[in-house]
Amino acid sequence: METVKLTIDNKQIEVPKGTTIYKAAKGMGIDIPVLCYMDLHDLGVENKPAGCRICVVEVEGRRNLAPSCSTACMEGMVVKTHTPRVINARRTVMELILSDHPKDCLTCPKSGHCDLQDMAVRLGIRNIPGQEYAEMSTYKKDFSPAIIRDVDKCIMCRRCETMCNQVQTVGALSAVNRGFTAVVAPAFEQDLEKSPCTFCGQCVAVCPTGALTEVDHTAKVIRAIADPTKTVLVQTAPAVRAALGEEFGMKPGTLVTGKMAAALRKIGFDYVFDTDFAADLTIMEEGTELLDRLTRHLNGDKSVKLPILTSCCPAWVNFFEHSFTDMLDVPSSAKSPQQMFGSIAKSYFADKLGKKRDELVVVSVMPCLAKKYECQRDEFKVDGNPDVDYSISTRELAHLIKEFNINFAELPDEDFDRPLGESTGAAVIFGATGGVIEAAVRTAYEVQTGKKLEKIDFTELRGMEGIRTATIDFNGLPINIGIAHGLGNARKLLEQVRSGKANFHAIEVMACPGGCIGGGGQPLHHGDSSIIKARMEAIYREDAGKEIRKSHENPYIQQLYEEFLGKPMSETAHHLLHTHYFNRKKDVYIK
Amino acid sequence: MSHVKVELKPEQVTKIKEICKSFNNNPGELINVLHQTQGAFGYLPAEVQEVVAAELGIPVAKVYGVVTFYSFFTMLPKGKHPISVCTGTACYVRGAEKVLDEFKRILEVKVGESTPDGKFSLNCLRCVGACGLAPVVLVGDKVYGRVSPDGVKDILNEYAD
Ligand code: SF4
Ligand code: SF4
Ligand code: SF4
Ligand code: FES
Repeated sequence: METVKLTIDNKQIEVPKGTTIYKAAKGMGIDIPVLCYMDLHDLGVENKPAGCRICVVEVEGRRNLAPSCSTACMEGMVVKTHTPRVINARRTVMELILSDHPKDCLTCPKSGHCDLQDMAVRLGIRNIPGQEYAEMSTYKKDFSPAIIRDVDKCIMCRRCETMCNQVQTVGALSAVNRGFTAVVAPAFEQDLEKSPCTFCGQCVAVCPTGALTEVDHTAKVIRAIADPTKTVLVQTAPAVRAALGEEFGMKPGTLVTGKMAAALRKIGFDYVFDTDFAADLTIMEEGTELLDRLTRHLNGDKSVKLPILTSCCPAWVNFFEHSFTDMLDVPSSAKSPQQMFGSIAKSYFADKLGKKRDELVVVSVMPCLAKKYECQRDEFKVDGNPDVDYSISTRELAHLIKEFNINFAELPDEDFDRPLGESTGAAVIFGATGGVIEAAVRTAYEVQTGKKLEKIDFTELRGMEGIRTATIDFNGLPINIGIAHGLGNARKLLEQVRSGKANFHAIEVMACPGGCIGGGGQPLHHGDSSIIKARMEAIYREDAGKEIRKSHENPYIQQLYEEFLGKPMSETAHHLLHTHYFNRKKDVYIK
Repeated sequence: MSHVKVELKPEQVTKIKEICKSFNNNPGELINVLHQTQGAFGYLPAEVQEVVAAELGIPVAKVYGVVTFYSFFTMLPKGKHPISVCTGTACYVRGAEKVLDEFKRILEVKVGESTPDGKFSLNCLRCVGACGLAPVVLVGDKVYGRVSPDGVKDILNEYAD
């Protein structure tokens, strides 16, 4: 490997050719502030527009300061990262950025989690000269069911554009206009809901300011809990327990399952249930559907569609409803765990309580913003009453816990309520990429072969690689499995399927990099992808510690089928747990 | 950027497709494709951008981003008599902005727009090299020099019918 030698802050260093000054300095323990730059290393994502100039350094012999995030190290360079000139320039740059930025930090949804705010603190900004003359942007706000765009707060770092275009290949957002009116927006500056946006929330997850935030439902949840005529149920997605602790200063990867259940009870939910229960249910339905299609296929039925595609990620559903409209009958018809839970809660469980569906309020806590969109879809309502009333993000739950002044770290562990709170290790791993298909394999294998699995851990299905494939031996029958996380990877895999190049029996797709643990509603990782890895390890730790690790062995799932559903894919199951997909290609103008 | 709604005829769609094809549907040629398309249509309404995006296999948002970034692209049709007010330095210091404001006031349009009857469109221009005549206004190919706000009405009256 070719290397170059240079001096940074009076120290000699040798780095591979092409290394940026920022990275070289970082390797020496020198922390240069960056704002627009973002490096999600484990996901292979780098945003490097060199736009903000916060990261400037002095390079001997050069007249101008250099942006360290995008300037490559050269042989013999002499770099100084914190000279008076540099410090002064960073401050001036920051003051300019702030001069036309709305200064409503106290009430901004990002307050306390905002990179711009943090940077102002870090650079010691104490006044903003000239702000009284600065023209302020007054761009329309865009309210979608999941995401709010307030682009007056946009600093044009273009991280969202990178996520939406390079990582997700959705292309809903692009930088438009120039100069003062430049913003990141959908085509023709329409609202997000009219664009191909999937509501994956990856743009929100990386936006350093309050320009992109989620729709906040916490006030509605508080009101529902206080309403004596309502019984309020809460369900929590697998990925939430592996990340919520971060909001309370705990190390990434800390599992807080028990504390979370305790906190929810303290907040006043009448029943603290678990989406994991519905994840087990998903495996029963989806796994059965897979086996059904497989058997028919093996028997020569040409009409069956293989591979079966998982359908538990609503952003992925939005994506194929928009971009793969010719393949709408390929994905599994199983609803997502969130929606299965709502459906069972407002039928089976409501009956058990002797209540009508509109006396129940179902709240879901999700790592996800697409679930906010999903739960308000018409097909998930009965007479206008939604199966899931409010979907709040992991971040919103943290706000709730803080608003209720609960000392989270000191809470004793508590358990979920029964029956809809019991789950297996197979359900927990839904939170990480590869987990859904591993859970499905654990059940499908035993059902298909009639044999007990000797080894429950299918490590060949795990990992952070964007596209993974594996063949699992079903007692002599090889089952080809594909896994993609991030919609860009899903697109690649799907195109192989569409062109007939790939030969899979089942494919799992998760829209978010890393799976739901990297979801758009999770605590912000501020560009540090090692956090997502730590959450992944936590998820598999939780699975390994569970007594029951296969969905079909969940006793409450067995009871649900005995008492209510009959068997997987029965008529009742079809009615309550399955859905169909729509062509949502949005050509707004062309008929 | 504001825009108008149009419905494309099949032969217009074919024309756009041909232009894209002549650049091998290469997304790297987006600017050239848009240039030729604007040459053929006079402007680039949203519908046209959607066809270009589909042909080149890129998001419409990207196409719109480029159209709004470069000032020589427009999403609005030119009026029968396109008016351009020079706002170069010389014209500017000699009152071009007041002249522009007067056009906006009388025609009730913003810069970049056309009157509802399609008769006039209003645009700004960088220096046309006739600084001796500042402020300068162009209507079609005709040059008007030393225009004052009071003179705007007279210019428009020349195109009364
Ligand atoms: S939510 Fe996802 S699809 Fe929608 S704009 Fe953001 S990154 Fe793009
Ligand atoms: S919306 Fe947020 S992420 Fe996107 S460019 Fe603006 S500040 Fe950056
Ligand atoms: S991967 Fe998970 S968090 Fe992300 S959109 Fe899909 S379901 Fe939501
Ligand atoms: S961080 Fe280097 S230019 Fe923005």
